[in-house]
Amino acid sequence: MTVAARMRTGATPRHVAILGILLGAVGLALALPPLQIQAAAVPVVFGVLGLACGLWAVSRGERRLGIWALVVAVAATAFAVWVQTKSTASTEQVLSAGLIASTLVYATPLAYAALGGIFSERSGVVNIGLEGMMLMGAFFGIWGADWSGSWAVGLLVAMAAGALTALVHAVFAIHLRADQIVTGTAINFLALGITGYLFIDIYGSNGAPSSISLVPNVNIPGVEHWSYLGAAIGQLNLMTWLVFALLVLTEVVLFRTAAGLRIRAVGEHPLAADTVGIPVFRTRYGAVVLSGILAALGGAYLSIGFVGSFANNMTAGRGFIALAAVIFGKWRPYGAFAACLLFGFASGVADRLQSVAGVSVNLLSTIPYVLTLIALVGLVGRSRAPAADGQPYIKG
Amino acid sequence: MTRVRTWLRVHGPGILLPVATTVLAFLIGGLVVLLTGHDPLAAYRAIWNGTGITYLFPWTPAADKTFAALNLQQTLIITTPLVLTALAVAFPYRCGMFNIGGQGQYTVGIVGAIWVGTRWPHMSKPEHLFLALAAAAAAGAIWGGIAGVLKAVSGAHEVISTIMLNWIAIYGAQWLFELGGPMQGSQPDVPQSSEVAGSARLPAIWGTLQPLHAGFYLAIAALFVYYVLINRTTFGFGVRAVGLNADAARASGIPVARNYVAALAVGGAFAGLAGACDVLGWEFHIVTNDIAASQIGFIGIAVALLGRNTAIGIALSALLFGGLQVGTSTRSLDPSVFPPELASNLAIIIQGLIILFIGAQLLLVYIWRARRRRHTDEPPPAVTTPPVGAGTL
Repeated sequence: MTVAARMRTGATPRHVAILGILLGAVGLALALPPLQIQAAAVPVVFGVLGLACGLWAVSRGERRLGIWALVVAVAATAFAVWVQTKSTASTEQVLSAGLIASTLVYATPLAYAALGGIFSERSGVVNIGLEGMMLMGAFFGIWGADWSGSWAVGLLVAMAAGALTALVHAVFAIHLRADQIVTGTAINFLALGITGYLFIDIYGSNGAPSSISLVPNVNIPGVEHWSYLGAAIGQLNLMTWLVFALLVLTEVVLFRTAAGLRIRAVGEHPLAADTVGIPVFRTRYGAVVLSGILAALGGAYLSIGFVGSFANNMTAGRGFIALAAVIFGKWRPYGAFAACLLFGFASGVADRLQSVAGVSVNLLSTIPYVLTLIALVGLVGRSRAPAADGQPYIKG
Repeated sequence: MTRVRTWLRVHGPGILLPVATTVLAFLIGGLVVLLTGHDPLAAYRAIWNGTGITYLFPWTPAADKTFAALNLQQTLIITTPLVLTALAVAFPYRCGMFNIGGQGQYTVGIVGAIWVGTRWPHMSKPEHLFLALAAAAAAGAIWGGIAGVLKAVSGAHEVISTIMLNWIAIYGAQWLFELGGPMQGSQPDVPQSSEVAGSARLPAIWGTLQPLHAGFYLAIAALFVYYVLINRTTFGFGVRAVGLNADAARASGIPVARNYVAALAVGGAFAGLAGACDVLGWEFHIVTNDIAASQIGFIGIAVALLGRNTAIGIALSALLFGGLQVGTSTRSLDPSVFPPELASNLAIIIQGLIILFIGAQLLLVYIWRARRRRHTDEPPPAVTTPPVGAGTL
């Protein structure tokens, strides 16, 4: 949208586009519980209105939001009409309070890795290796818990493994000035090979032992028996609550403390930071190692928090989804967390649809990845990376 | 003498670095084997024998040659798609992009080849085969091209988008061939495709049991195509210009966005052909379990990086990784010497180490420089690689 167009029309097309997005969403909401209106005309009318708003906005120069309105109108209407073809009981089963719980379950590992990614990228080091660091955390978490009999030790071992893996990435990315994307890819290969090797060497073909100390769920007294809230947040895993705390902590550290300012400074303009006496290398090392620790916690949540087992390559691209969440969230903790919730929601819905609607598991499994692609395309143009992200710093 | 010296100074680092990297990676891999209580020398010897390379040595006894020939055929069967998936990385790399999507492009290539290969059983041989290969290449090109379009239009980084496309391809293909899936074969309780018709199969060129197929020639031809395309055409010039400096290329009137799309599409076509070679050359059908288990596309990354994106380098490192893959397989490795399940993971570790060290040329340049300093005071050789990953990430 050109400046001239914006000046001529004021902010109106923006608002119309937002109205269009809302209309599409309302049309869908009416077809879902608790109202569950069964007439196809309702979402279609809302969809057409949303479409009109989107078209109008696009024609008046509000390209981005306008296109979003078009997408939302089409997708929401199609989905609403599809939902109406299903029985109201099965729809309720999919969209019950448990969906909130499973959204959080799926979002938790992503959120750990995304917070880690924010630290690393804010300091100017691209961390494609998040996936591998998660995988290391997943394996060493379960190994530590099995070896010591305590999930707490398992988490510590996972964190140590993640820190060590991140340290390798840091040495190659910072001191040896290797291409950070290539190094990150190497980390992913290494983690896949090391965890696969050790898993078979230690546990053989029997797989992980079944009686492992797992991170407990937190049953909030009182709340857990309330019908809706109880099913939603009454029995979440301890690590899910922990990630909420870490989220706030990350925001505070990054934007309210001297350490956070230093991290951001070396990521935006390392030369300037160096000039005023901030140790660029040390700050970057710290941030990358921290990202490894956080990613490993996310991986450990998968193995000893949620699944209670380990499988080869069990992270299945979650590190990359977390990275996409970082971009989607514009390198900000709350934004990235919101993106993680969105991806978690998609996984949660997919999970439920397969049991209720009989849709192929494989087909539904593509949803989070498709969503990530859409998110990347829709927002990446608007979100700006730290200026020195991915560029090695050469000391003068 | 001086000419040899000049040649060495120019090409020395380019040859020495990959060799040193490989040696270092195998040494560290051996250390892992040693630390976990196995004998690395015995393990490596068993893997070496499993590759079938011994067939080429004149001193190998004739009695062993028959078995070695079988292994070597297997090694070349695996080398074939590795060359192609490596080219899928190399071509976009020259355009400044890192295509991690080879696995997905390989998978859609398989789907394309199967789709054509299991239809029209009465078509005559060359046409059916050609059509199946074309379908696989087109499917791969589209899959790669999607990532290119996303990058060109919105700046979405190809590393993330190709990884997402990998998973979409893998789950999508599993859906196609699963029980009740749209492309499931005639056996109702087996999640696999139908058999590829005889008219769409690549002809055998060496051996009888599981013979090497004509896809091997296709891979060699692809290396030539890659070399000519990159070094001898206007298109290749544009691709390299964008890879070296996208802003400068744009300023000189080279269409950067179009080159992004085209480079990833060409890369995807190579990977799609790799899928076709496997499924039209020796597998002839695909089982859903094999779709996610396949690593051919990922190994291609290591092959391309080790081969420094040159045609001859890719050929050699594809042979190395093909041998490593076959030598560590359950088929050729004696479990009493070294368990194949461990060995296949060892192969992944070695690949990871090679990528790690090749990425950090500075490490090896330090060593090189230290060595040279002792002899002369000449400046160290310049080592350049095109930067990858331009754009936001």
